[in-house]
Formats: sequence, structure tokens, C-alpha cells
Amino acid sequence: MISLIAQQPVIPEFERGSECVRENKQFCSDWFFDNFDRVFGPRVVEHIELTAIAVGIGFVIAFTAALIAYNRGWFERSFAIFAAFLYTIPSLAFFQLMVPITGLSRTSAEIALVSYTLLILFRNTLTGLQEVPEDARMAARAMGLTQGQILRRVELPLALPAIMAGIRIATVTTISLATVAAFIGVGGLGQPIFNAIQSGFKTEFVAAGLLAVLLALVADALLVLLQRILTPWARARRV
Amino acid sequence: MTTAETGEPLGGGAAGLAFVETTKVYPGRNTAAVSNLTLEIRASEICVLIGPSGSGKTTAMQMVNRLIPMTSGDITIDGRSIKSLDQTELRRGIGYVFQQIGLFPHMTVEGNIGTVPRLLGWPKDRVRARARELLELVGLDPDEDLRRYPSQFSGGQQQRIGVARAMAADQPLMLMDEPFGAVDPIARDRLQDDFLRLHAEVPKTVVFVTHDIDEAIKMGHRIAILRDGELVQYDTPDRILAEPANEFVADFVGADRGLKRLRVWTLNDLELEPAGDGAAALPTVGEDTSLRDALSLMLVEGVERLTVLDPSGAAKGTVALETITRLIGPEKRAVEV
Repeated sequence: MISLIAQQPVIPEFERGSECVRENKQFCSDWFFDNFDRVFGPRVVEHIELTAIAVGIGFVIAFTAALIAYNRGWFERSFAIFAAFLYTIPSLAFFQLMVPITGLSRTSAEIALVSYTLLILFRNTLTGLQEVPEDARMAARAMGLTQGQILRRVELPLALPAIMAGIRIATVTTISLATVAAFIGVGGLGQPIFNAIQSGFKTEFVAAGLLAVLLALVADALLVLLQRILTPWARARRV
Repeated sequence: MTTAETGEPLGGGAAGLAFVETTKVYPGRNTAAVSNLTLEIRASEICVLIGPSGSGKTTAMQMVNRLIPMTSGDITIDGRSIKSLDQTELRRGIGYVFQQIGLFPHMTVEGNIGTVPRLLGWPKDRVRARARELLELVGLDPDEDLRRYPSQFSGGQQQRIGVARAMAADQPLMLMDEPFGAVDPIARDRLQDDFLRLHAEVPKTVVFVTHDIDEAIKMGHRIAILRDGELVQYDTPDRILAEPANEFVADFVGADRGLKRLRVWTLNDLELEPAGDGAAALPTVGEDTSLRDALSLMLVEGVERLTVLDPSGAAKGTVALETITRLIGPEKRAVEV
């Protein structure tokens, strides 16, 4: 990463900052904490927004598609090919491709980010539904549950672990990809990274990268917690 | 409870069931899976459908709750054609137990048992009370087990929960598709005994599919033997063993049908001879011993007579080997039971 940084670093508060900042050491915690609210706080919020919107919209689309594919086999292949195609587009190119259409806007960023979530969310939701034990489905049918009741009360709850696994992967991937979205100026933690690449100020670069990793870890942990709350039966032990 | 109170489509208690020239032809097949089946099952009786694979027994059973649509003919429950009932209502009024059990892994035992009552809109505390009552009835512990998940139980226990679930809304009719086929022989025997006890306590009309003739004899008030989709014989276990309708039935029930028949009766069913002076010296058996076990004891002990005890342990009378052999011999084909 060092090679990415400009030869002549542009150090903030030149000749006035702490010794660490003046020498442009790897990470200056004093500067980080002094400037967190100004430099990083708003970027973290933007990053969470970018991710949440992308995973949210992506889930609605992928979930709907998975339900359709669950009932109509032909749709599975078509949507899977479409989602896989989107997934193969290089991210930097994807963001750039959207600019002529939707401008240097958050919409452009979200369209790209949503596209990357579709494949994993679709696959996991559909697999979760398809792997519901046939016995449970049969019992539900024989007991007089309607198709809708079987879906809501039996199939979706049993598919939940697979769906949640998909959401976890999609969330972590999106947090990582969203840093690239700063390339088209929509903020997020990618922005301090791009700044630092230009200025050569190492602390800003390292701090933004670490925050993105931390964000991914926290999001994943929260989703694991949510999954545990939603699927108490998965932890039931034989007695 | 009345129908108006609970909204059960088929009410509680037990219902009579009749197949009326019921026929099923699967698409693309030349022969019928079930052909002109006419069969009347009385309320609160256990009717066993038995036959080799491909005889149509499961198809016949699954037409009752319309898991399989019939091709022609009719099936009536208490005189009402199942075609006149709404499909989901029909199914909610019929308990269904099958070999794979099919408990919902994500629901607690209470949730599983309460499935149909909740669909019928029972209030929460009534569902819970019912689940507790049933769990006790099938031999599990309501205090411990209500909040557990199916994966925490053995196969035999799971099927007990499956049976409880099938009775949850006091369904008047139960369909059981080889319900005890997947458990080990010892557990199966206990499940059979417990189900018979349960049935005596809460009599329901039961259609019970099996391929095991011993199970059929043990469980059935009546047995319907099917072959290639046709009814070959429909009678009590005793009559079927005593007078198989044809070679096929005789083969199917087995060469030891005489001995099997002895299992149908207990010493209670016989007229005993008074206990004489020598009675005290004879081996003793309880009055609810099957004739088969009594015969076995005579052979083992090398005696031709046993003393029969009543539940208090007092001598009730004696039974002779000759009485038993005469029973299954050619002179007298059946006893008045």
C-alpha cells in the first residue's frame, strides 16, 4: 500500500501537528481521535447507509425472485444467469458505467452495489427453500395448511438459516465494495482512503481501512446475533 | 365441545367412513391403482389396510383427505361426500400420522401439537391446555417436554408427538400410514400397545396402513386385504385367520395363521373348567394371557393343563391343551367372542 502513496506527502496542519503527524508515521492515534468527528464520523454513517440500502433493496429483489423461481423452475436459471452476469462486472467499471446514466449520484452507487448482492441472496434463499424437509411440507399439507400458510409458517422459517447466511455474506461484501463507490463521489469510508492516496497521509489511509474492516466485523456479529434470536431451534440440544 | 364453538369442520368424537366404488387411475397408467373399492368403516373402529407393495393401500388412504384426488366413485364421512367439503377444512378435520413423522423442526412440541388448533383460531391458553393434556395422554411429560424441539427426542418419542398432533383438534378420523414402521421393534411394540390403550380411552375412527400382518392383527378391529387395487377380503383378524378367502390371503397371512389366531384371544375369552383339587400343582397364568403364550407355556412346561388366575391372584379355573387345539382345529372354526 505504501507504493500507492504519493512521494511528497501532503501533511495536514503542516509544521503544527504532533511529532507523529509531522513525520507521517503509519498511524497517529492522537490525530485520529482529534479528527474523528470531522473526518470519519460522517463517512461511517454514509457507509452504513450505502450498505443498508444496497442489502435491503437487494434482498427484496432477490427474495422475490427466489419465491418466483421456487414455484417456476425456468425462472431459476434465467435469474441466476442474470445475477451471475452482474456479479462478473468489475466494480470500478460498474460505478463508472452508471455515471452517464444516473450521474455522480448515490443512485449510481446503489445500483452497482445492489447488483452485487443479488447472486448470493438469490442462491441462498432459493437453496434454503428447496432444502426444507419434504416430510415437514407433507405434514403441513396433510394437516390442511394452505400454500401461503405452508410458505409462511413452515418453509420460510426453515429456510431462515440459509437466508441469514446469504445476508451476512452480502453485507460484508457490500461494506468492502462500498469503499470503491467513493470513486464517483458518494462519500463513505472510501473517501478518506481516496484522499489519503492523493495526499500520502498514512494515518487517514490506515484509519479508514481499519474502520471499514471493523464495520464489517460488527455488522456480521450483529447478524449472527439476530440469526440466533430468530432460530432458537437450531441450538436446541438433545437431552 | 360443539362444532359451533370450535369451528371444526367435522366435529369431535368419531366418524363413520365409507368408500363407495372408489377408483383411482394414475395418469398414463392402464390399470387402476385402486379399483372400485367399497368398504365401510364403523365409527371408532381401527381399520387396517394391508397388502403387498403396489396393492393400493396408501393410495386408498390418501384419497380420504384428498392428498390424492380420486378418479371416480366417492368417499363419505358420516354420510357426507368428501367432495362436498372444502379441501383445507377436510384436512383440518382428519388427523394424519405417517412413517416419516414430519414434525416441524422449528416449532416446539407445543407449537407442533397446536398447529391445527391455531389454524382453527383457538385461543392461546386453550391450545396450551390441549397440548399438555395430549402430551400426558401419549406418555410424555408436559412440564418438561412442551418447550422442547423435535430434535431433542428419540424416533419413538417423536412419533408419540406426531400422534398427539394428529388428535389435537379432536379430529373424528385419523389416517395412519405405517406410523410405527421406522422405529426399532421394541419401541414399536410399546407404541402399538400405547396406541391401543389411547384408542380405548379416546376412540377415533382410524384407517391404518401397514404391510406387516402381525401389526395388522394386533391393531385392527377389521382388516382389509388389498391386491392390485382390489379388495380381496374385509373381516375381523380372527375371521381372516380362520377363513382366508382364497389362496392369496392364506399365503399373505402366513402358514402359521393358526398360531397367529391364538394371539387374537386371551384366556379371558374362553370358558374355563372349574379349578379342581389338582389345580394348585399346575403352572399358573394370568387371565389376560394370550392363548399363544398359554400354549407356549404348556409346551415348555410339558403339561396339558394350566391354572388361570384372576387379577387378584386367585385361581379362576383351568384350561386344557385340548381346548386350545380344538379352537383352531377343523371342527370349530371360530368361537363366539
